[in-house]
Amino acid sequence: MAKRIELKKVSVFYGDFRAVDDVTLNIEPRTVTAFIGPSGCGKSTLIRTLNRMHEVIPGAYVDGKVLMDGRNLYGSDVDPVEVRRQVGMVFQRPNPFPTMSIRDNVLAGYKLNNARVAKSDADDVVEKSLKRANLWKEVKDRLDKPGGGLSGGQQQRLCIARAIAVEPEVLLMDEPTSALDPISTLAIEDLVSELKQEYTIVIVTHNMQQAGRISDKTAFFNIDGAGEPGKLIEFDDTATIFSNPTKKMTEDYISGRFG
Amino acid sequence: MARTSIRLNRWFLPLLALASFGISSIAVTIPAATTSAPFNFVGASALGAVIYAILSFLITLIAQGPRVAKDRMMTTLVLVAFAIAVVPLISLISTVVTLGLARFDGDFFSSSMRNVVGQGGGALHAIIGTIEITSLAAIISIPIGLLTAIYLVEYGRGRLARAVTALVDVMTGIPSIVAGLFAFAVFALFFGPGIRMGFAGAVALSVLMIPVVVRSSEEMLRIVPSELREASYALGVPKWLTVLKVVLPTAVAGLVTGIMISIARVIGETAPLLIVAGFTQSMNYNPFNERMMTLPVFVYFSYSSQGTDTQAYIDRAWAGALTLIVIVMVLNLGARLISRIARPHTSR
Repeated sequence: MAKRIELKKVSVFYGDFRAVDDVTLNIEPRTVTAFIGPSGCGKSTLIRTLNRMHEVIPGAYVDGKVLMDGRNLYGSDVDPVEVRRQVGMVFQRPNPFPTMSIRDNVLAGYKLNNARVAKSDADDVVEKSLKRANLWKEVKDRLDKPGGGLSGGQQQRLCIARAIAVEPEVLLMDEPTSALDPISTLAIEDLVSELKQEYTIVIVTHNMQQAGRISDKTAFFNIDGAGEPGKLIEFDDTATIFSNPTKKMTEDYISGRFG
Repeated sequence: MARTSIRLNRWFLPLLALASFGISSIAVTIPAATTSAPFNFVGASALGAVIYAILSFLITLIAQGPRVAKDRMMTTLVLVAFAIAVVPLISLISTVVTLGLARFDGDFFSSSMRNVVGQGGGALHAIIGTIEITSLAAIISIPIGLLTAIYLVEYGRGRLARAVTALVDVMTGIPSIVAGLFAFAVFALFFGPGIRMGFAGAVALSVLMIPVVVRSSEEMLRIVPSELREASYALGVPKWLTVLKVVLPTAVAGLVTGIMISIARVIGETAPLLIVAGFTQSMNYNPFNERMMTLPVFVYFSYSSQGTDTQAYIDRAWAGALTLIVIVMVLNLGARLISRIARPHTSR
């Protein structure tokens, strides 16, 4: 079910402001692709164009093409809601629904869409998703308790379970571990490596070690200065980016000389 | 200035307060003793508070130094402000309860004022009128107000949203008598001059109620974290379902509270109902026809046009006021109950 994503000359605008300029890259199925770069370089904006989430902000629009298995996500006949059903997303801060139990949070993708699910099927989905998110053992005895009562790391894994419960084609993660402690981070990184078997994963991270640990490909973005658009500097195998980058700017960033 | 601070006994401050009030009571009583005036409670309290503030400040200053003394001074000030805010409330409730209980009986809740000129009679017609008119006002105002708030928070952009916000602000400041005249003018256009009906009263109350509902609901919807909306969108949930199933349930406790406050705001309105709903001594269950009595108007008329048996009218007025307070209190308790049941489960 994992899909290939191709970005062709993608520029992202907020009103008149060009946030991301002319990005072309291919994301292979069943790989982890990391977006790295300094703050404000547009990596979060770019990841949000992959499920049209940036459109939530008024005045935001995209120039160029985002092809998912050859189909343009920005075609005039494409419903953004439909896109988001195929592309799951995990956010920087864990955001389980406070009004729902753990079980309902996992099923939120179905329940919020008024989809009828038989109870036995729902139980299967809950168990399977929580198991894949490595959370089942910790919460199986308190599925009816509120999701807000879990620890930060558990909440984030609950959010991952919620995202994969609807069987998306692609999983986007926008700095999923930046609000978590090292142990929870490790749990999530292990999880990403497992999920890679089934999903195409794109992850934004500020943590270069993390990108090095879990990603197969890495895209480095940078900006020339405040108010300038973010640009894709280099995109290659993670090993190449970290050991033998072709661009001076990438090497400077990787080696900690700036950023 | 190094000072070893002495710890004051924990009973010291309460005893000091007691002593201050004792001194002030004596001070207030001595000049009044010759005139046999009743004990001046307010004067004694005020003087006692001043004596306590000064004494506690000075003693703390000597015993524990200036930092603690300032802290104590501010604590006293805050407590006094609190007392000033709460004392009138307690006094009001105790007055209404003591005076209202005289006629707070079965008769009061089972009969109208038809053919009653002296003792007896009741406010059933006014209670029915208040409940019907306020319910109608709520039925009109809550959907309009809530939907307006949803528009402003979730959809409204640019000039139209700003205009709506400005209009709501203006509406919040409308004097209630103007709302009554507005409703009267509108209904007079359709039904001719001299029109009186309960429904017109409900319309007048909605004019007052809608801005309150919009304002409070808007605040409540705005504090729903945008992360929750994003989480819902990211699951492929359309916007309207996100509003319906994520935003509203998350905010429901605050929304209910706001709506109850708006009802409490209008249930005691007198002026607009005096104009458009009129007043009557008889039962009228039909809000779309003829005059309808309401509790505030009942209280007003019982007090302003007392018949031959003055005390009977005054007693009924107080009982009417007590009934109004009880209704508002019941609504509030109901709102708290609903809020508690619907509150987001964040407890660990």
